[in-house]
Amino acid sequence: MTQNGLKIRTQSLSVFYGAKQAIKNVTLDIRVNDVTALIGPSGCGKSTYLRALNRMNDLIDNSRIEGKVMLDDVNIYDENVDVVELRKRVGMIFQKSNPFPKSIYDNVSYGPRINGTKNKSALDEIVERCLRHAALWDEVKDELHKSALALSGGQQQRLCIARALAVNPEVLLMDEPASALDPIATAKIEELIYQLKEYYTIVIVTHNMQQAARVSDLTAFFYLGQLIEYDETKKIFTMPKEKQTEEYITGRFG
Amino acid sequence: MKSKKNYTGALVVGITGLCAAAVVALVIIVMANIASEGAPKLTWEFLTGAPTEGMTSGGIFPAIMGTFLLVVIMSIAGVPIGTITAIYLSEYASSKSVLARLIRFAVNTLAGVPAIVFGLFGLGFFVQFVGRGLDSLFTGDVELRWGQPNILWASLTMALLTLPVVIVSVEEAIRTVPRELREASLALGATKWQTIRKVVIPNSFTGILTGGILAVSRGAGEVAPILFTGAAYFLPHLPSALSDQFMELGYHVYIMATQSPDVEATRGIQYATTLVLLLLTFALNFSAIFLRYRIRKRSVA
Amino acid sequence: MERRFEKEIESLKTTLIKMGSVVEDNLSMAIQSLFEEKIELAKKIVDGDERINSLEIEIDNAVVDILALKQPVATDLRLILAVQKINNDLERIGDHAVNIAESAVELIRTPTNEPLLEIPRMADITKAMLRHALDSFILVDPQLARSVLERDDQIDKLNREMTKKVIGLIKSDARTVESGIDLIRISRNLERVADLTTNIAEEVIFLTQARVVKHHAEEKSKAPPN
Repeated sequence: MTQNGLKIRTQSLSVFYGAKQAIKNVTLDIRVNDVTALIGPSGCGKSTYLRALNRMNDLIDNSRIEGKVMLDDVNIYDENVDVVELRKRVGMIFQKSNPFPKSIYDNVSYGPRINGTKNKSALDEIVERCLRHAALWDEVKDELHKSALALSGGQQQRLCIARALAVNPEVLLMDEPASALDPIATAKIEELIYQLKEYYTIVIVTHNMQQAARVSDLTAFFYLGQLIEYDETKKIFTMPKEKQTEEYITGRFG
Repeated sequence: MKSKKNYTGALVVGITGLCAAAVVALVIIVMANIASEGAPKLTWEFLTGAPTEGMTSGGIFPAIMGTFLLVVIMSIAGVPIGTITAIYLSEYASSKSVLARLIRFAVNTLAGVPAIVFGLFGLGFFVQFVGRGLDSLFTGDVELRWGQPNILWASLTMALLTLPVVIVSVEEAIRTVPRELREASLALGATKWQTIRKVVIPNSFTGILTGGILAVSRGAGEVAPILFTGAAYFLPHLPSALSDQFMELGYHVYIMATQSPDVEATRGIQYATTLVLLLLTFALNFSAIFLRYRIRKRSVA
Repeated sequence: MERRFEKEIESLKTTLIKMGSVVEDNLSMAIQSLFEEKIELAKKIVDGDERINSLEIEIDNAVVDILALKQPVATDLRLILAVQKINNDLERIGDHAVNIAESAVELIRTPTNEPLLEIPRMADITKAMLRHALDSFILVDPQLARSVLERDDQIDKLNREMTKKVIGLIKSDARTVESGIDLIRISRNLERVADLTTNIAEEVIFLTQARVVKHHAEEKSKAPPN
């Protein structure tokens, strides 16, 4: 096991929606440049946990948190943390791909543009670099001004990845990125994740355990808002410590 | 039993079909009546010339122009405010905030106020209070320039009337922008305002346009609000300043049909003017429908 | 774009082939230690066996990982299962090689000039069987694998003859009982090695069998309906 540093550390994190507690006291360390998978049955809180890492939960009216989320030793819920800057460092890919109804080029350049980059050749370079990183360049390089909505589902999702990469994040949060895709598109995304982890820290929520097994280095099993077990993926899938983990993985749940 | 169900079904279809047909028939009768009486008078001179000989002949161009100006000024005044209010309501205000609920209550109430009340309000507030105030401010009560009915006050009154229409349409349009697009923008590190400017508004632009068109179409049709606030029956010139009065199509028909010296003689012109007004309203409404159709198509894709 | 998974399978195959060659070497050295009477050889064999054991564990772990994490199906799955079984077979062949070497040491210590009877012939055949079984895996050649199966009967026969001859030897001269026992042991171990190499050959046939069947099935489906 390599001695990777820790990129994100949640300490006794609890997330509330009004009176309902969705995340209960979770302490979890995310290793840098590794893929961490969050698994668990529906409603176990894994998506809520993910969204707490870039404060997307703030968008929900009555949400509040207790505990800390440390990104490189700074608690992102501190008062003087700029949420907008945070979200540039911690990007997010959503379950259903959500490209803007604009051209492919405009989608990828959206982030840099709102950050003030105006120079066309700089934008061109960013667009090409990110589309290459997202394994999409070869398929769209001649049609950058085509509408993003004309792409297939798998291509749209890779476009969303390219778009997220364009703001130079350090962490990529992926919320079931392949759940709406066919097996071949899914395989491409999984291979892409493997390539991306060299440069980024990746946290992926998936309801597909086999995907977690294929793709991740570390796996965290959530149930009813609590972290039940967190270990190297190999260990979780060959000799889990907790009975609940074993039952979930072998499909003997509820 | 099967035959009984079919019988009831057929009956229901029959009755509802009949009612719908009756409505359509009514509309056709009214339209046909107006068209038949008014169409003969629709000539180029009619549309571009001024009325002559006490409205018994000539054209209605000043009324068309007046209506046009009214609608333009009304839109300039009302659409931006309505749009911004709608943006505030749907994007910034939390659904529980007191201010949001107050605004919604105000909008709903405004929507239910009878048009004539707007007219009286316009007279009392804009013409007499604001207008006289401006006069005393600028001219020291010497001139009576703003303290009387004119196109500015009439347009503002009309803007108030159509404000609920604009707000509701724009809000509806903004709501059709999927949450995922907003989330995508925010997750890229955009501020809320950047997201609104670059994602929400462009994607709801057609809806905003629809709102504007509906407001315009309402404004072109209502007469009560401009009765006391600026419309006139006969003016020698077209309005050249905001403090001028103006002629207007709906008002024109009203006066012609009830108060002109020779009602019978102007009957044909009345029908023709009504026809023009109707055609204008239809054109606006159809373009709003068409735009709505395009929005729906895009959101399904 | 070669997928990560394909790389892992290739790596697994490579490790297995490497293990196969270490086992082959050990068997050769064990047999050689009979003819050349060099005790240092026996020590090399023990070291080789340690290497074989650690490779067996390495392959075991890799197989478990691939099964648990990669969910292989079809050809990939049959390959992984075959690798697992061949892994076990090879490790046991290694053990038998050590046994042969131990018996060789005993034989060398008790100086007799008894002939080795059928042992040389059995050794040659067994070494060839192992070589061909491993080649059939590397080359994915079911026919070569089948040829290995055919030679197992020979070894069985030779083993029985050995037993008979040694018994005869002991009856004629009671002092030869210890070396006789060693000879029988060696013969039995060689017979076991041959059995294990036929296992390996069977795994290769299993691995390729489905493809052959599928091939026929495809041919049938291409035939025009009558």
